[in-house]
Amino acid sequence: MNRSATAPANNVLPPPIERYTLLGWIYKNLFNTWYNALLTFLTVGIIYAIGKPAITWAIEQARWEVILVNIRLLMVGQYPIEQVWRIWLCLHLLAAVGGLSWGVWIRGYRIWGLLFLISTLGLAFLPSMSASASRGQLIALDIVALAGFGLGRLGGKRLQRTVINLWILYFPLVILIVRGLNSPEGAVPVVPSNLWGGLLLTFLLTVVGILFSFPLGILLALGRRSPLPIVRWVSIAYIELIRGVPLVTILFMAQVMLPLFLPAGMSIDRVLRAMVGIVLFTAAYQAENIRGGLQAIPYGQYEAAHALGLSGVQSTMFIILPQALRNVIPVLVGQFIALYKDTSLVAIVGLLDLLGIAKSIVSQPQFIGLQREAYLFVTAIYWLFSYFMAYLSQRLEVALGVGER
Amino acid sequence: MSENQENREPIIICDEVHKWYGNFHALRGVSMEVRKGEVIVIFGPSGSGKSTFIRTLNRLEEHQRGRIVVDGIELSHDIRNIEAIRSEVGMVFQQFNLFPHLTVAQNIMLAPLWVRKWRKDKAEQIVVQLLERVGIPEQAHKYPGQLSGGQQQRVAIARALAMQPKIMLFDEPTSALDPEMIKEVLDVMVGLAKSGMTMLVVTHEMGFARAVADRMFFFDQGQIVESGTPEEIFKSPKEDRTKLFLSQILSH
Ligand SMILES: Nc1ncnc2c1ncn2[C@@H]1O[C@H](COP(=O)(O)OP(=O)(O)OP(=O)(O)O)[C@@H](O)[C@H]1O
Ligand SMILES: [Mg+2]
Repeated sequence: MNRSATAPANNVLPPPIERYTLLGWIYKNLFNTWYNALLTFLTVGIIYAIGKPAITWAIEQARWEVILVNIRLLMVGQYPIEQVWRIWLCLHLLAAVGGLSWGVWIRGYRIWGLLFLISTLGLAFLPSMSASASRGQLIALDIVALAGFGLGRLGGKRLQRTVINLWILYFPLVILIVRGLNSPEGAVPVVPSNLWGGLLLTFLLTVVGILFSFPLGILLALGRRSPLPIVRWVSIAYIELIRGVPLVTILFMAQVMLPLFLPAGMSIDRVLRAMVGIVLFTAAYQAENIRGGLQAIPYGQYEAAHALGLSGVQSTMFIILPQALRNVIPVLVGQFIALYKDTSLVAIVGLLDLLGIAKSIVSQPQFIGLQREAYLFVTAIYWLFSYFMAYLSQRLEVALGVGER
Repeated sequence: MSENQENREPIIICDEVHKWYGNFHALRGVSMEVRKGEVIVIFGPSGSGKSTFIRTLNRLEEHQRGRIVVDGIELSHDIRNIEAIRSEVGMVFQQFNLFPHLTVAQNIMLAPLWVRKWRKDKAEQIVVQLLERVGIPEQAHKYPGQLSGGQQQRVAIARALAMQPKIMLFDEPTSALDPEMIKEVLDVMVGLAKSGMTMLVVTHEMGFARAVADRMFFFDQGQIVESGTPEEIFKSPKEDRTKLFLSQILSH
């Protein structure tokens, strides 16, 4: 039966490879019929008509100095300048772990690594950077990333577990570095969270949101399908309650209500309250997304797991959840991207995230009339990282063989 | 071998087992004793309760009246009893039910590693042995979706055998297979039967029954209508329903 798969037969041929020249591809895909050709011309024309003024404006008229002058504010908000090295440290660690992961897991796709290197170097050698320490830091970032990549390549599969552990360690460490330690004379004094701002705050809200809402969402999804009525009712009540309320309301509520649940004398700061709000909100949606994945698992999978003697927890952990999560990666990541963009709502409760900072910059007298530049810059940053997350999700799907097995 | 089976102790005892789905009386007083090493074939028309019956033996279905004792343990609500029995009873399903996100080797190793708590190298050894035994030694690192139906069912058999069960249950293991793959699965099952495994097989493969069954049970409407050796069932069935059913399935 399977002999044909093992014994080489001499009439086995590789599949034919289709090759095109660039012109051939263009002809086949863009001009193969008269209406397709018309459509191509029309589309190109429209893109040109819209794109040209935008590009001329961006190159000739826009006053991008507003970004350059305020870049530190946009990136880290009021974070004290003499402590900014801590943020750089976090970035270097990220470059190291990121480079390692790239080297260990990703074959091909060097173009993305190259793009990263080129863009950071490009930034480093902007004329306005000449006086700042950022140039050195940016170059160092590249070196660290490259070193990580090389190490990952050399280590290969043996490093997989280490790298996963490093990622697990990374995020708590970042929070620690950004926040600092309580002893006043230490090298890393506490920077109170009301000074965190800009992209830094946006990222922290996003990362904490993702890291905590995901497990909470899994628990809620399992809870909603639990045979224990109390667990089921509590999960359903929670999910439906949260889903019925806008995020803005939850953010407000988190500011005013959370202190009620804490013992007297204990207070938590505004950023933490916002984080809690975001986590609670996202978890309810992720729970429903994950439940969708759970429902798609055929009953035979549960039966097979039980018949082997696996316990309920074991079958959930090894059989049901991995398949359920894998099936819903696109929606899960979609929700996380939404979370990332929704962090901009914290401006409403007085936090200065990326968008909040941009808004406050353009309201200063010396930058009046420069909204376009500021908001365009913010848009580009949101888009860049949203797209990166979407890209990672696709890579993850390929790596896990979604749709193939 | 059937002479000395007479004095072997029973490994499965079912006594007046009843089962309802809502108001529907699916098992109506089924009693059966199976001794160690016996090969039992269960057959009967669709909806007669064959699947329901063998699924009560490892508590994938709960019976509501009567008594079931498997390997000395009575099936009750005690979850630890149930898990203990399930690790001694292997089951093979019509639809294979392999875990699609795990490789063949991982499918087979999972339960030994986590239920039996074996060391990894021991589990890996048994994977090699079992895949050899079911005739697909070279597929260990493929995913179930990359295998033919017959290969998948043989992996499912290997997965059940990896727990070194005392009893194997088969619920129509060849019904979802194309004709040319049925034989490769039946060959594995015949080998297993000859090795002395206690087996309960729901099947309409009468060739298999003739070759290895010690006893056959004809089910209809939730009851055992007739039982006997293959010789008795094929040559001189007593009940009209048995005769009619056999004539229908043997005619093609
Ligand atoms: N989960 C269930 N809920 C309600 N009724 C069920 C359920 N499972 C089975 N039944 C009914 O119980 C009866 C026996 O079903 P069972 O699956 O045991 O039959 P079977 O002999 O295995 O038939 P087949 O040859 O079609 O597999 C059938 O009438 C079926 O409709
Ligand atoms: Mg059946």
